[in-house]
Amino acid sequence: MLAAACAAFAPPLRADPAPERATQLVRMVRQDCGSCHGMRLTGGLGPALTPQALQDKPAEALVATVLYGRNGTAMPPWRPFLSEAEAAWIVEQLRKGFPQ
Amino acid sequence: MKATLSCMVAVLALAACVAPPPQGGREFGVVIERATGSVQVLENRSRASLGRIEGLGDLSHASLVYSHDGRYAFVFGRDGGITKIDVAERRVVARVLQAGNSIGGAISRDGRVIAVANYEPGGVNFFSSDTLAPLAEIASTYTADGKRAKVVGIADAPGNRFVFSLFEAGEIWIADVADPRAPKVTRLKNIGKEPYDGLITPDGRHYIAGLFGEDGLALVDLEHPELGARRILDGYGRGTEKLPVYKMPHLRGWAVAGEYAFLPAIGRHEVLVVSTRDWKQVAGIAVHGQPVFVMARPDAKQVWVNFAFPLNDTVQVIDVQKLALVQSLKPGKTVLHMEFTARGDEVWISARDDGRVIVYDTTTFAKRAELPAESPSGIFFAWRAGVIGL
Repeated sequence: MLAAACAAFAPPLRADPAPERATQLVRMVRQDCGSCHGMRLTGGLGPALTPQALQDKPAEALVATVLYGRNGTAMPPWRPFLSEAEAAWIVEQLRKGFPQ
Repeated sequence: MKATLSCMVAVLALAACVAPPPQGGREFGVVIERATGSVQVLENRSRASLGRIEGLGDLSHASLVYSHDGRYAFVFGRDGGITKIDVAERRVVARVLQAGNSIGGAISRDGRVIAVANYEPGGVNFFSSDTLAPLAEIASTYTADGKRAKVVGIADAPGNRFVFSLFEAGEIWIADVADPRAPKVTRLKNIGKEPYDGLITPDGRHYIAGLFGEDGLALVDLEHPELGARRILDGYGRGTEKLPVYKMPHLRGWAVAGEYAFLPAIGRHEVLVVSTRDWKQVAGIAVHGQPVFVMARPDAKQVWVNFAFPLNDTVQVIDVQKLALVQSLKPGKTVLHMEFTARGDEVWISARDDGRVIVYDTTTFAKRAELPAESPSGIFFAWRAGVIGL
């Protein structure tokens, strides 16, 4: 509870989720984002989310896409399930090579 | 003790000699284990797993079709791999990596040709079902400057044809593989925005593509492809806001029950019921979440529905005569797929995050068995071998 409250006030890119939450987020990205982007994140109906595919895209735009979706495409908003800090953490991991 | 044991071994060996060589059979099935690139072979009668086959690549999205004798299955993986497995002997017979990214496949009416729908590079590739040797390729090029669309919703149709949809192009193509090395393509344009999947009716007469980009579905009469696609359930969600879609529905399967077809309303907590006589809407049934699979029991008395993230712990049952919900079950975490036994007395359900397959009696809704599986997704029983469109 305290960790969650702190995370909400911390600068988004520097707040790492607690280990248990991080495990949940990794699972969510691989399994649920994976429905469209592939469990290995190499793409499907949605584009690939590999470090190479994302290298030219600004982090803030990617975080916004995760949180609010992309109008006119199949990408839905994930804000109901993620804080801004968590979305920023996910984008950071994607750009580094997402954990298993 | 030792003597007894060797005696038993002798009896078993004898039994093995007397028993006929292993055949595929309609009581066999396969469950995909999506995280580990493996499958388990299941048997309906014993409600048991007979063993595991490994080395099938990326199965994070996977589907399969059976050879007509039910002995072999062709597993289509996300990574563009096709793996031909021997279900009876539980081994890999052949495997090819034929594209970068693929979504599913189908087997021709004569059983000789396997067709795979690919996202990257977009198109359909054809292979011999005996050897997986390549036969032909169709590029899903839909613009003058050579853009290729992602191909979805491939199904086999009577007359050794395959039908499939082009997501970005909004087209349905029909490929005639009478000569599998030189398929002839008929293009149906302007069928609707972003077809995301398709199904063929059990009689092989109609192909229906679901549209992501608009409210409605595209219907093709395969006896009259020259008439093009016609819109059904046009504007089904009129006046209500579409919800964000966290998982695309899957149309393939038994969505047709008697004189009705049951279809998922995309972005809505609703199953749409349409008459197969005039293709007009008969009812809309409010359900627990956004439907993913809407599947009719083989005797068409019930339709079972599972749901998209985050409401994917529930399965609901619609009574076809009443056109109303009669049962809600919570089989486990993250229900991904359901499969009926050949005559529908049982349904087998995969609960991915619980790591198990749960077997229910479809009459009493009692749980009959549970089998452990590693992140199970699709379940496919061998009775599919004899069914058009599966």
